[in-house]
Amino acid sequence: MSARENILARIGKARGPGVGVDSDDVIRRHPRGPIPPLGNNLAKRFGEQATRLASDVAPTATLMDVPKIVADYLRERQLPPKGVCWPSLAALDWQGAGLEIESRAAHGDDPVGITGAFTGIAETGTLMLLSGAQTPATVSLLPETHVAVVEKVRIVATMEDAWDRLRREHGKLPRAVNFISGPSRTADIEQTVTLGAHGPYRVLIVIVGGSWNE
Amino acid sequence: MQVTAMHFKRKASENLRNEKLQKALEKLQTKFVDGRAVAIAELPNFGEVRDAAAEIRDKVIRSLDRYLLRFEQEATARGAVVHWAETTEDVNRIVAEIAHQHGVHRIVKSKSMVSEECGLNDALETQGLEVIETDLGEYILQLAHEPPSHIVAPVVHKSKEDISDLFEEKHQRPRTVQIAELCREAREVLRPGFLSADMGISGANFIVAETGSVLIVTNEGNGRLTTTLPRVHVAITGIEKVVPTLEDVTTLLRLLPRSATGQSITNYVSVLTGTRGKDESDGPEHFHVILLDNGRSKLLGTELQPMLRCIRCGACMNHCPVYQNIGGHAYGWVYPGPMGSVLTPSFVGLENALDLPNASTFCGECAVVCPVKIPLPDLLRHLRTRQVQQHLRPWQERVALRLWSWMARRPALYALSTRIAARLLRIFSGSEKRFHYLPGVTGWTDERDMPAPAGRTFRDLYRERHSS
Ligand code: SF4
Repeated sequence: MSARENILARIGKARGPGVGVDSDDVIRRHPRGPIPPLGNNLAKRFGEQATRLASDVAPTATLMDVPKIVADYLRERQLPPKGVCWPSLAALDWQGAGLEIESRAAHGDDPVGITGAFTGIAETGTLMLLSGAQTPATVSLLPETHVAVVEKVRIVATMEDAWDRLRREHGKLPRAVNFISGPSRTADIEQTVTLGAHGPYRVLIVIVGGSWNE
Repeated sequence: MQVTAMHFKRKASENLRNEKLQKALEKLQTKFVDGRAVAIAELPNFGEVRDAAAEIRDKVIRSLDRYLLRFEQEATARGAVVHWAETTEDVNRIVAEIAHQHGVHRIVKSKSMVSEECGLNDALETQGLEVIETDLGEYILQLAHEPPSHIVAPVVHKSKEDISDLFEEKHQRPRTVQIAELCREAREVLRPGFLSADMGISGANFIVAETGSVLIVTNEGNGRLTTTLPRVHVAITGIEKVVPTLEDVTTLLRLLPRSATGQSITNYVSVLTGTRGKDESDGPEHFHVILLDNGRSKLLGTELQPMLRCIRCGACMNHCPVYQNIGGHAYGWVYPGPMGSVLTPSFVGLENALDLPNASTFCGECAVVCPVKIPLPDLLRHLRTRQVQQHLRPWQERVALRLWSWMARRPALYALSTRIAARLLRIFSGSEKRFHYLPGVTGWTDERDMPAPAGRTFRDLYRERHSS
């Protein structure tokens, strides 16, 4: 017998007959667990939680403002004004803001990566990014600076809400769903938190659609 | 990984005298124990979430085969290849075969305790493959040729000076003791490895039956690099890690990072499903998932079944007074602390880990903090019972217990002999009324004095009170 058959036989023998026959039904209904109370200003909570997890947060009225915000952010920190963006953001006037931005997947040495986001999750201040041809996963991963553009109206309360939206808008999961909550970090040495491990050293979240404090 | 759990007592006393280790272990207590307390207090409905989490894990374990088959079906439909492994040798063989099939030379790995169970790195290296650990802690251990001493913080036993020495020797760069600079150094040394690797190996914190996905939580981003850049991704996990739905995994995620490191969420949570799409420019072209049994299915239907709920958060060891004092290496296998004291005897044989079920004060703190409500002290007590039933205890202990039970059933004799013993001990204890040394219990008297009995037994006192 194969390993698969042996393992399944052992499990089947220990399981009572009829136990778990509703497993497919459980999956079809996918009931929610208990949800923590979150208040009703989702954008505000999202911004606060993201800040707590060491992301920088900048609210703005329109998408057109994003290049200037990014340019200012990089200049203040004396970071190189160049990098890559998702093809879905290629139409913005990066050059006009003095930035040299290519629209493609990231290489190991691109200093800045600019992405959109499928949603933001207010509970934990988390970005949710889906991989795809127009949304390559490397852009939020390889550069030392990650800029994410989130539409305020797309911010949801919980990860459960995000799953529902994903089921509704896409039907199935993309190859990678990446939840990002701040710059990469490690506490492996003496349990001391250090920002900037293998991923970005800093994350700037631009919330488009008015102040997140409103 | 080689089992050295039989040397528990010797290792434990060595570690108690190791001042550097003792200092390192203090950090764990302040950072992880306090961090968890704060993070739990911030989740207003923690109790409810914990009940739900335990129930989710229980539901899966009760009908594990059904959820595993559904996972296999969904993962396969998305282009992943699902492998089943009965033993750790099977895992090592399957990974080597996948590597050869895809012409792999260089492998990057993110942290996987299951791969530690298998001793995978050594097995792959003997096949001529280059394996690079990329989690900072695991990378340090690979350089130092040491096993992890904690399932979440694998190098908790090392100081930053130790790591500086190691990096200076291995990297041939100027020495630094700044933690941030050590981290950057590791990033710079490891980045080319990520970019040139043909295969990435990861563990899985959960696998999702609904979608056939593998979920990994990391903070460093190495898990994302490992599963995004190389053209082949292999995820290795235990069969018990399956969870029914995305909602269920979300409930568990509210507890895992909080219990582990005191974070509300880890920096990255990646849900990986299938292979790179035709028009996509990144992601692996081949995706393999290996499901390991290695003794897990044998726990089903036994008193130890609740152990399979474990989500490997490490809270039980962080809060264990035994672990806090002796560190992880003394436990002699991959999993230390209370969860290890249940898992190691279950996976490698009770006879090879005799001391582990006894390495507990039964203070109960592990069960209090466990996010999936595993009654760890009950499970340890059950293993102690089994040791006695299987005559695995040392003969001295067996003779002593038999003698005691024979006497205890003869009240007159028992009263007489305890009275004599109490008086004798009183006399022999001398003017100090304490023993610096007692044959047979040097484990006690090496560290502290044994106070002498007052000379009268409980029965004497009881009779006296009730006659007056
Ligand atoms: S036994 Fe409980 S506390 Fe210990 S690692 Fe497992 S889930 Fe965490």
